[in-house]
Amino acid sequence: MNHTIWTRPFYYVFAFLIASISIYPILLMILSSFKTSAEIFTSPLALPKTFNLDTYRNLLEIIPFTTYFMNSVFVSVVSVLLILITSSLAAFYIARFTYVWNNVIFFFFLMGMMLPIKLGIVPLFILMKDLNLLNSLWSLIFMYVATGIPLSILILTGFFRTMPRELEEAARIDGAGNLRILWNVVLPLMRPALGTVMIIQFIQSWNDFFFPLIFITDDLKKTIPVGMLSLFGEYSADWGALFAGLTLASLPMIVLFFIASKQFMEGLTQGAIK
Amino acid sequence: MKPAMNSDSVVKLKKQRNWKRWTIHLFPIPALLIYGVFVVYPLFAALTYSFFDWKGIVRGEFVGLKNFKDLFTLEPFSGLFWNAFGHNILYFVLQMIFQNGLAFILAYIIYKKVKGSEFLKIAYFLPRLLSVIVVGFLWKLILNPNYGALNVILEKLGLEQLQKAWLGDPDTALISIILVNCWYGIGFGVLIFLAGLQSIPKELFEAGKLDGADGLPMIRKIILPLMVPSFMIMTVLTFIQSFEAFELVYAMQGSQGEPYHSTDTLAIYFYRLAFGGSAGGSTTAVGLGSALAVVLFIFISFFTALYLRYMQKKQVDM
Repeated sequence: MNHTIWTRPFYYVFAFLIASISIYPILLMILSSFKTSAEIFTSPLALPKTFNLDTYRNLLEIIPFTTYFMNSVFVSVVSVLLILITSSLAAFYIARFTYVWNNVIFFFFLMGMMLPIKLGIVPLFILMKDLNLLNSLWSLIFMYVATGIPLSILILTGFFRTMPRELEEAARIDGAGNLRILWNVVLPLMRPALGTVMIIQFIQSWNDFFFPLIFITDDLKKTIPVGMLSLFGEYSADWGALFAGLTLASLPMIVLFFIASKQFMEGLTQGAIK
Repeated sequence: MKPAMNSDSVVKLKKQRNWKRWTIHLFPIPALLIYGVFVVYPLFAALTYSFFDWKGIVRGEFVGLKNFKDLFTLEPFSGLFWNAFGHNILYFVLQMIFQNGLAFILAYIIYKKVKGSEFLKIAYFLPRLLSVIVVGFLWKLILNPNYGALNVILEKLGLEQLQKAWLGDPDTALISIILVNCWYGIGFGVLIFLAGLQSIPKELFEAGKLDGADGLPMIRKIILPLMVPSFMIMTVLTFIQSFEAFELVYAMQGSQGEPYHSTDTLAIYFYRLAFGGSAGGSTTAVGLGSALAVVLFIFISFFTALYLRYMQKKQVDM
């Protein structure tokens, strides 16, 4: 068969063509963020004439981006921490003990991965209103923890089950309580799984736009994604500022990705395959 | 040797132990509580909401299946429902072809060990890191008819006749959004398929080669059957995702499914019923919205379960 002679070059052309379609819009976004609106309108594809930060200075003046940023950091960090704590406690219980109801509990959590939670948004809105959590960052935190728990428990339980029990038993004979065993003995060995959970849940809560769209109307309580919504609503003609806003919104995640691209890609796919 | 304990302290120690043993049952409680209150309860509540009449977000009287009946028989509700439903189907089909189909081909190319495969993986995956709202807004700028990069590129290539008001034309608006969704999701698909390919034992390829299978026959006879689990995952995820499609449509076209409802999806329609007052000030919107949520919920769960069962059986048969 001689098809291999021409398939290789074809593979390359095709793969790199799609890759450039994947990258180019992001590159365009970053490059355009250094241009004035006039520059974008007259020569949209050209490189920026100068790499000055005027558009960014302008952006920070017209919207409270620092506030959005701090809100996003607070919500994501607290959510991820709470997910790690609640999920490892529950996963430890499910994986290490054999009470009759353990499988039921496990299944109950797993069900959550298939549930389209957005369809419950009306009751959620009323619930948040009753709990006085509308316009509070805690409404978002509760949502990210609640929706993050099923997948996290699945990943952690799977990992717990592969770990040998000897160390735990030794600690138990030494008189350590369950909490002590979990914290001092088990969790340090769980770092890879905890890392996976952390990455998946951080991306999820950092990028989510649906829940703040419904729960948050106070401009000073907005996270970056809904902040973008007000930017595009009010300054839709100022393309320089728009591109700067989009770039600034995406930068933290892109930087983190380049620091740990392997963990990112493995983490997200692991979540789906398990 | 320890001195013998008196009976009092033995009882005390036993009690302490029992207590300690009992505390283990507290471990799953925080997770159960948060998940129960903010995920399970709202979905059950949505079901009960659909049987009531609503004035704004205040619950009125029990009306049985009236909301469901209105949703399917009363205009404009039923027309809008089927219109949006058709768009969700198109969403699913086009994503299967352009996102998952392409993703499989690209995963196969990477698997065949081309140079720069690490770079390719990162490149395909990069869009997945952006918030969906950023993706929507970015492409809205790129697809802008006057200053957007796409039309400018077409002009530079001498393809002026292909220039369009991509999002303003009912013929191209929905397809544009779906293709943007494919742009966003393709990297994830590549990684899933690649993981599937890499889990195929090498010996099978060797055996296949000895039998003279290579290229397409190899793909058809060896790779595809063994990739069933990966296809299953991607199909189910794509199905759920396309029937929940909301954020990207909202970012690019707002909550009205513009132009002329040509980009309406069931989730967008649901959002309008529940929050956007699309029922023309009618007070039944929350009831209708909840009915729509229930229908969508049953539809998604039913087909997901059916598909998973079917594929599992097929896998056993092979």
